[in-house]
Amino acid sequence: MAITREEVRHVAMLFRMALSEEEVAKFQQQLSQILDYFQVLRQIDTEGVPPTSHPISLENVMRADEPRPSYPTEDILANAPLSERGFFRVRAVLE
Amino acid sequence: MELYDLTIHEVADRLARRELSSHELTQAVLDRIRQMEERVRAYVTVTEELALNQADEADRRIAAGDAAPLTGIPAAIKDLICTKGVPTTCGSRMLQNFLPPYQAHVTERLLDAGLVMVGKANMDEFAMGSSTENSAFYPTHNPWNLERVPGGSSGGSAATVAAGESIYALGSDTGGSIRQPAALCGVVGLKPTYGRVSRFGLVAFASSLDQIGPLTKDVTDCALVMNVIAGHDKRDATSAPLDVPDYTQSLIPDLKGIRIGVPQEYFVEGMDDDVRASIEAAVSKMQDLGAEVDREVSLPSTGYALACYYIIAPSEAMANLARYDGVKYGYSDMRGDSMWQNMELTRQHGFGDEVKRRIMLGTYALSAGYYDAYYLKAQKVRTLIRREFDAAFQRCDVLVTPVSPTPAFKLGEKTADPLQMYLSDVCTIPVNIAGIPAISVPCGFADASPEPGRRGLPVGLQIMAKPFDEPAILRVAYAYEQATEWHKARPKL
Repeated sequence: MAITREEVRHVAMLFRMALSEEEVAKFQQQLSQILDYFQVLRQIDTEGVPPTSHPISLENVMRADEPRPSYPTEDILANAPLSERGFFRVRAVLE
Repeated sequence: MELYDLTIHEVADRLARRELSSHELTQAVLDRIRQMEERVRAYVTVTEELALNQADEADRRIAAGDAAPLTGIPAAIKDLICTKGVPTTCGSRMLQNFLPPYQAHVTERLLDAGLVMVGKANMDEFAMGSSTENSAFYPTHNPWNLERVPGGSSGGSAATVAAGESIYALGSDTGGSIRQPAALCGVVGLKPTYGRVSRFGLVAFASSLDQIGPLTKDVTDCALVMNVIAGHDKRDATSAPLDVPDYTQSLIPDLKGIRIGVPQEYFVEGMDDDVRASIEAAVSKMQDLGAEVDREVSLPSTGYALACYYIIAPSEAMANLARYDGVKYGYSDMRGDSMWQNMELTRQHGFGDEVKRRIMLGTYALSAGYYDAYYLKAQKVRTLIRREFDAAFQRCDVLVTPVSPTPAFKLGEKTADPLQMYLSDVCTIPVNIAGIPAISVPCGFADASPEPGRRGLPVGLQIMAKPFDEPAILRVAYAYEQATEWHKARPKL
């Protein structure tokens, strides 16, 4: 297996996502198969080739710093699971 | 032919001559939806009341002499394009109850042109998939054979067009998600050049690959929709600040002076004989129409594109999907004891399996110790793929290849094996990596297949061009289409 169960749990936790033990077992097997497939890239010579992060070359795109109206707070909070006095509400981060 | 089987340009003529009202046409499409949906399941949401109101408004515009080419024509919008006040689920439990507070740029453009939106089309969750089976709600069925997939991720959009449940549709394409379902459902689907259409209001999957485009019944309709949705938008910093040509000017019925490349790397092992034969027949037809054919053109890194894509796309997806935290919008699982636990459970229960797999692939590829071997390596391979396309377009105006190695596969056939599912995109993925435009047009049926279940299924032809050369694609696609009858076929449902 290209990836261990411990690594599957670690990667999920880097993303802050919980997984059940059944999921860990299933994803270990499936991700290993996919990571093995990725090894095909070892066969291609990329010595001295620059990386491409974006398909069309763009320099930083700037605009004038002019004030504009933003979306109304109540429209944005309408989709929030919990809100209070114009803010998103979350559980205590530090207890 | 029934009203719902007509193209945009056919109904637009009738609407302009006042032989038909948008209300009647919209009612005909809504009736068709009611009749077909139980079997096809192409929609997540049908917006009947909104559609009829928009149709009445369109009829007033037409009466006032203020009609545009798309005014009053019923369309389906893929359910990851924001429609203000209308649910935009992205095929996910995570966004099941999400009501966008704003319109996507393309929605705005279509509304200005007189859109009648009949519904939001089903899709693979977060556009991750090739069969629409990853929808959190239900899979869509292929109108040509209900036991088969419509392709994906824009499978719902393609199925609505094929089944007469819309006159045209919008989809999005990150690795083939417009072209592959268009091919499997026998319709026309264009992935424009990266930056040609604004992504503002498109739920993000992989930001350097995603692009919105049309799914239509023929090439003329494709040009008409492109005329409305293409163009610069300052709200998408990656949208190209270039003028948009009138794409209908490219609809020329001959190919004199056009050089067509047929790269052999795209005729992969395991490809269906019917697919190969249909593409070869299409190339001969193009030669008859005056095109010069170049079989020496080569794209040697094609075989590395799939691995390259499945590193880059999940890496970008993982960064984009980090916004689903159960706090700002979307599904929230509050069973945990702390904010962190809520977030972990929200993601565990809000995302489906394929989304989780890709999040983990991306997180792994970007994590300490693996970055150089995976992500950086894939970005370098991306450069090579792009350079090979640049060289190919020095000698050819367009490249012609298959879209999918096989016609539509059976529902459930590939769901247990993610890698097999990924391989169905092997011919479409290089296009997104390079950012170039490509179309799928119908080019035959798999009637000689040794597998009886495949007979009668549509086959698609892919035509690619250099960045922003959609006019070359549309010209070749149109000339080919006009010389054949494939685009006139409709499934018997």
